[in-house]
Amino acid sequence: MVLSLAALGVVVVAAASVGSVKVEPGALLSAVADGVRGQVHGPVDTIVWQLRLPRVLLAALVGSALALAGAAFQGVFRNPLADPYLLGAASGAGFGASAVLVLAGSVPWLTWLGVPGAAFACAMATVGAVMLLARRDGGLPVVSLILAGVVLGSSLSAATSFLMLAARDRAAGILSWLLGSFAFASWERVLTVVPLLVPAAALLLLAGRALDVMQLGEESAAQLGVPVERVRLVLLAAATLATAAAVAVAGVIGFVGLVVPHAVRLAFGPRHVRLLPLSAVWGAIFLVLADLCARTVLAPAELPVGIVTALVGGPFFLLLLRRQRGA
Amino acid sequence: MSIEVRELYAGYGERDVLEACNVRLERGEVLGVIGPNGAGKSTLVRVLTRRLTPRSGRVTVDGRPLARFGRLDLARALAVVPQVPELPAGYTVRDLVAMGRTPHLGLLRAEREQDRRAVLRALHATDTASLARRDATRLSGGERQRVVLARALAQEPRYLLLDEPTNHLDLRYQVEMLAYTRQEVDRGIGALVVLHDLNLAARFCDRLAVLQGGRVVAQGPPEAVLTAALVSRVYGTDVDVHAVDSRPVVLPRLPRSGGSLES
Repeated sequence: MVLSLAALGVVVVAAASVGSVKVEPGALLSAVADGVRGQVHGPVDTIVWQLRLPRVLLAALVGSALALAGAAFQGVFRNPLADPYLLGAASGAGFGASAVLVLAGSVPWLTWLGVPGAAFACAMATVGAVMLLARRDGGLPVVSLILAGVVLGSSLSAATSFLMLAARDRAAGILSWLLGSFAFASWERVLTVVPLLVPAAALLLLAGRALDVMQLGEESAAQLGVPVERVRLVLLAAATLATAAAVAVAGVIGFVGLVVPHAVRLAFGPRHVRLLPLSAVWGAIFLVLADLCARTVLAPAELPVGIVTALVGGPFFLLLLRRQRGA
Repeated sequence: MSIEVRELYAGYGERDVLEACNVRLERGEVLGVIGPNGAGKSTLVRVLTRRLTPRSGRVTVDGRPLARFGRLDLARALAVVPQVPELPAGYTVRDLVAMGRTPHLGLLRAEREQDRRAVLRALHATDTASLARRDATRLSGGERQRVVLARALAQEPRYLLLDEPTNHLDLRYQVEMLAYTRQEVDRGIGALVVLHDLNLAARFCDRLAVLQGGRVVAQGPPEAVLTAALVSRVYGTDVDVHAVDSRPVVLPRLPRSGGSLES
């Protein structure tokens, strides 16, 4: 855990110094000091404080939120293929964002809501609707949850596709939002997600033992005194809040929530008491690095970070899976 | 100090599986619950663990109505060894046994000294201490079942409920499971064991309760309960009962060729 946190520190510093303008560690430090004191002067200060730092921090926050939510989803559903978008958060957010991108000009309240606001609201609304649809006799059965999530998700994706076709001139904008990017990172965005992420993450980090016991199956967990239905509802709500906040500021970044918890599980074992915090740390590391690739590989052009996470994360993960088998 | 079930009616949907069911389990005894498939044995366990709400009747644990127990309270009083235990991959035996401490710890508190002691005792009581660091899913069926028993013992319950704990085990492990159970009962807890094997039940249980169609049709010491007439009637097939070591042994009678119409 300590080593993982140290690795995160190194990655954050490295990512803040690398870019079109290289910044030496000393200059980086003084730029951060200047920024904290509110005295940003000179190009290096501006680059570090106004551009790089918020971007790196936002990537770290989003990465840990997605990985933590992913670990929680996989634990709740007892299925390593679950990811934070399973219940429709991504398609909901995508629909909300494209609605704003296409219709904002003609609908004033949409403009006021903005892309992040609409994405967040629609993600929460979609998952909320899925949970309501899946309710049976006061319970929340896993199979109907997943079914409702998949079905509502594909309807909303279809609606998004329709919007893209209807407004072809906006299609590229929608697509690049759907693939995720940190190009619009700012302190403002960092400060909007923090109040949403911190309580959600705190709740999820406390759920380690509950998730471990729930791996024994509903019946055994209940016999050990765990209020299974209530725990499931609370965890899904917290994970959805974290996911929606992440999607709202960065778009739909795939793969992090699926691969990072899985990789952490292969490396450090399945106990959620460790899996949850480690997923948060490695999710941050992974996404900061992915964003570093996204902005440097084709510089000065930028790749959507979602493409990088899938392109890099996929093979890396397969490698990990193979090594695990061989061991 | 006992679990009392009086005039219990319970079932699924419209159908009553248990009808006017009366059972008593004392501390310090092993009560075997036997009966043909569908007689309501597992339903009884489900009522006792509150997975199923009875339609009517009275269930008390140490004099207190079952419904009045808090969730954790109940888990401290009753521990269950399920029919088909699920063991998630990658957890060590110790991890799994330590989950038995949940009723004492709640979901947030960290393990205390007394919890570590209880886990250690449960591991030793089931001879799984040497397996503590192994991945439980890589153990043999008999060893896995011992781990599940150890988890139940780590709960430090007053009563143990075992739902066909010897299913799919070969003879040695069946005997082992029941021997570990007996050892705990001698320390003062009560055990209710659902069993299919009548001879195993006769050998290990202090008393037997025979369920048929949701009713307890006989309850008492094995030699009083397991008569040829009763077993033949309840299971719908002819048997002979012999006595070995003053315990009854049930042998099914083969229908003689062409003999089913004679006699």
